[in-house]
Amino acid sequence: MERKSAVISPLVWQLISFALFFGLWEIAGRWPISFAFPPFSKTLLALLRMLADGSLPKAYLSTLQPLIIGIVLCSVAGIGFGIGMGLSRAIEWFSLPVFIILQAAPMAAIIPLITYMYGIGLTSKVLAVVVLAAPVIVMNSYKGIRNTNPSLIQMCRAFLGTRRQEMIKIILPHAAALIFAGLRLGLAMGFIGIVIAELLITPTGIGDLITYHSSVADYPEMFAAIASIILFAALTIHALERLEQRLFPPETRGLEDAG
Amino acid sequence: MPAETIVEVKEIDMTYEGGVEALAGVSLALPEGRISTFLGPSGCGKTTLLKIIAGLIPPTHGEIWVKGKKVDGPGPERAFVFQDFALLPWANVLRNVAFGLELRGLPAQERHAIARKHIAEVGLKSFEASYPHQLSGGMRQRVGLARALSVDADIILMDEPFSSVDEQTRRKFQEELLDLLRHKHKTVIFVTHSIEEAAYLSDQIILLSPRPGTISNIIRPNIDREGRNPDEIRRDKNYLDAVDEIWEILKHYV
Repeated sequence: MERKSAVISPLVWQLISFALFFGLWEIAGRWPISFAFPPFSKTLLALLRMLADGSLPKAYLSTLQPLIIGIVLCSVAGIGFGIGMGLSRAIEWFSLPVFIILQAAPMAAIIPLITYMYGIGLTSKVLAVVVLAAPVIVMNSYKGIRNTNPSLIQMCRAFLGTRRQEMIKIILPHAAALIFAGLRLGLAMGFIGIVIAELLITPTGIGDLITYHSSVADYPEMFAAIASIILFAALTIHALERLEQRLFPPETRGLEDAG
Repeated sequence: MPAETIVEVKEIDMTYEGGVEALAGVSLALPEGRISTFLGPSGCGKTTLLKIIAGLIPPTHGEIWVKGKKVDGPGPERAFVFQDFALLPWANVLRNVAFGLELRGLPAQERHAIARKHIAEVGLKSFEASYPHQLSGGMRQRVGLARALSVDADIILMDEPFSSVDEQTRRKFQEELLDLLRHKHKTVIFVTHSIEEAAYLSDQIILLSPRPGTISNIIRPNIDREGRNPDEIRRDKNYLDAVDEIWEILKHYV
């Protein structure tokens, strides 16, 4: 009995937490403070309306396009570059400072510059995603490679492994978990990048929904659009995290072997 | 005990980057088919010397000759057992044991058959599908030993293989190791900081003095191990004398 309740309770607590949050939202929305803050029920209805009339799905299609292109670009080039930095002292020396600065800098600040250089089309939005997502993807790949347990590399050499085998059989599998985590964090940054781009560059997709509905004072719709992108991003990142746990269980990552 | 020399260490000097002198003028002959031990306090360069013999660290000066040939890297006639086991955490026991053969490009079926044989030999039968994190320290080191046996090297180099396992496991493992190696006619070169372990296992004990490591003494306990159980060996006069003799020398360094 006890074991069963231990399994159930986290879910129950989560549901209670959601109910409380939405309940408070509902009450706060009904409080006559600001006309611009709709209660939960109206927001939910607006969300359903926007789903039904197809405006929300259409917005997502247009938002996801630059996001996916940007993340795919980062995955290929960013991981490749990170691995290169991990393997070659020259590349590391040359580019590590740049990426450390990029990772710490508020990259959203350069989005206006991107617009200035590349206009308001798809290129700019893809670039906004890349600029935000790339640093964490590159740095994680780099750290994954650089943190390879030196004892495993020595083992590979002692058993006559070639440099190529060392790469494929030791270094890459060892780094895989960190690289994947980098992709997940990169996607989270990419969501931020695309929403900023859609609000700042030209209103398209979800950014357009938010801007438009706010301009015509359809606040429930505006809130529904905001809530939906938050929900969508959170669920996607969470799903990736679950996948990561399944693909790379912490016990087989070899972190405890390093000591 | 006349035995042919299988490994020759010729005037090895080792100075690490930053000027730390680990070894100075070390010359040695290690006999074939015997167990030789490097023993000494921490910082005497015993692991460095073992890794130089393995070809994992290039010495600053000097040469290593194995079976009459000068070597300057790892070779198929030498296999290494690591202090921290160095097992692939994402691979099961079978793949870990077969890993040396995998690197040599042996087909899966062949290398798994060989690996299974050695897994059974070190007492891990039925653990083939387990992962390192599911095994105890002693069992992990058995995997490391099985991996070294699988590549069928003449010389097995062991870097403090029992230092991360508990005392009971250590004793049992030592006994099994003796038993196993006696039948295989392997040359074992072994690093330890345990006097008892050195005296119990070795035919020849090379005592190293620290900073920089030089050979201080070579002791040959001459214990008759044939057909005797571990307790008899541990009560053997030659064993006890060797332990005393080693301690007399080592206590000047600590």
